[in-house]
Amino acid sequence: MLTEDARAIDTRHLGFTMSPHEECGVEEAVRIIEANKGDSVVLTLGPVEAVEQLRDAMALGVDRAIHLETDGQEWDGEATADAITDAIRADEAANGPFDLIFFGNESADSGGFQVGIRVAYALGRPCVTGLKKVTVEGTNVRCEQEVEGGRDVYVVPLPAVLTVKEGLNLPRYPSVPGKMRARSKPVAVSAPMRPAPRLELVSLAVPGGQGRRAESLGTGATAAPAVVEVLRKAGVL
Amino acid sequence: MSVLVLMEPGDASRQTLTLARKFGEPMHAVQMNAVEPFAPDAVAAILQGAADELQASAVLAAGTERGHEVMARLAARSGLPLAANCVAVTPIPPVTVARLRWGGSLLEDALLHSARPLITVAPHTVPIEGGPEPADMDVRHLVAGLDKRDLLVRVSDHVAPSTGGVSLTTAKVIVSGGRGVGSKEGFAIIEELAGLLGAAVGCSRAVTSAGWRPHTDQVGQTGTKVAPEVYIACGISGATQHMAGLKGAKRIIAINSDAQAPMMQNADYIVVGDLKEIVPAISAEIRRARAGRI
Repeated sequence: MLTEDARAIDTRHLGFTMSPHEECGVEEAVRIIEANKGDSVVLTLGPVEAVEQLRDAMALGVDRAIHLETDGQEWDGEATADAITDAIRADEAANGPFDLIFFGNESADSGGFQVGIRVAYALGRPCVTGLKKVTVEGTNVRCEQEVEGGRDVYVVPLPAVLTVKEGLNLPRYPSVPGKMRARSKPVAVSAPMRPAPRLELVSLAVPGGQGRRAESLGTGATAAPAVVEVLRKAGVL
Repeated sequence: MSVLVLMEPGDASRQTLTLARKFGEPMHAVQMNAVEPFAPDAVAAILQGAADELQASAVLAAGTERGHEVMARLAARSGLPLAANCVAVTPIPPVTVARLRWGGSLLEDALLHSARPLITVAPHTVPIEGGPEPADMDVRHLVAGLDKRDLLVRVSDHVAPSTGGVSLTTAKVIVSGGRGVGSKEGFAIIEELAGLLGAAVGCSRAVTSAGWRPHTDQVGQTGTKVAPEVYIACGISGATQHMAGLKGAKRIIAINSDAQAPMMQNADYIVVGDLKEIVPAISAEIRRARAGRI
């Protein structure tokens, strides 16, 4: 369901969750801290309700959160990256540098494929994308990126920015004590200014012609010959 | 003025050319393998240098993993907006694009305010049209002039796939199972049918989350996007995130006990009933058909 002005999804009756890629990024950060000591911080840019996803991440073991609060308006990839870069710079100035910064490879909603890369460029750090495996090796990080016919390996020095994909790990379920602890972990809230978008949403629509006209091949096992006939006609038998 | 296209082998780049031609001529091409082994910042730097030399009015690439990655790096280093996964473009300023969002379940019309539109083209969406081909740009001087920082991120090794089976991305047929398969062991009949067809085995996210199959088998928005001749969906409800991976499938056969499942509305052929009876019956029928042929 879209809103009346067709510029957003009507979310009044929907719940929110962290997207699969980001969930794996959070899990990986928690695992790395468990193995190497240190602190992990989770950051999001989104409306007031997004604090729930920050709490979910802290329930998995992240130490604290940064919430760049918006009024629910659309932010394009460029503006999102700029706001995140500013927040990271400010946090690093106060608390010291991050060795690794994880992003989801692409957002589930906007699908811009660019925020992590833009932040990496702004911070002047190497960025490896689309990762299915991450191994910290001393002052380097070894990264495996899924490609046609296997995985490409990159080794880059820390500090680095990594964009990850679902399948990187199997995220844990939050424990009850974890959820309890998450309630008292700190969330730093700020409200960055939204610049005029240079990729400006005009309207959203449900694409037409998506539905295929289904032809029934029958019911139950008796449909098997008709299925095989379809396979034969498709030239795959 | 010129239109610059980042090319790589395959249909995705031919779709890209179809949209690129709307920006007019001449067209020039930079190849994705301009630097080997692959170094994404280096390719982006070459693309930036080429775009500046040509005073390119637009730069386009296929919305593949590498296409997105290099174009995002070009956008970051040029300080320009990037419109990803476009399916249509109106090149008269202000440039408007139609692009896929939510894994393709929504279409966005957007204005791209940029002196040099950067665009990736969504795979499997734009019908390929013939027309003028781009001239290959000689980039040797740009390669020679690369800054060593742009070679820091570079492929240094390759790991072969761990599974020996048929690859989802190249399979002509995929037999895919969802929650309806019921268990890890339930996939035996899916594997049997896949084996007979020389097909890859796929699955939905419900299956990987339950731990029945590895994530490498997952088809969908956060799994693998596939383009087989035939996709056989067994007990898959057809959530939009799953359908997002099926845009390139030529024919979908859906087997489900629920005739109202979204997958059944989005398939070309449907069989209503218990997959545990239907799938073995199809395998038996294939064996029978092959035996009869000899």
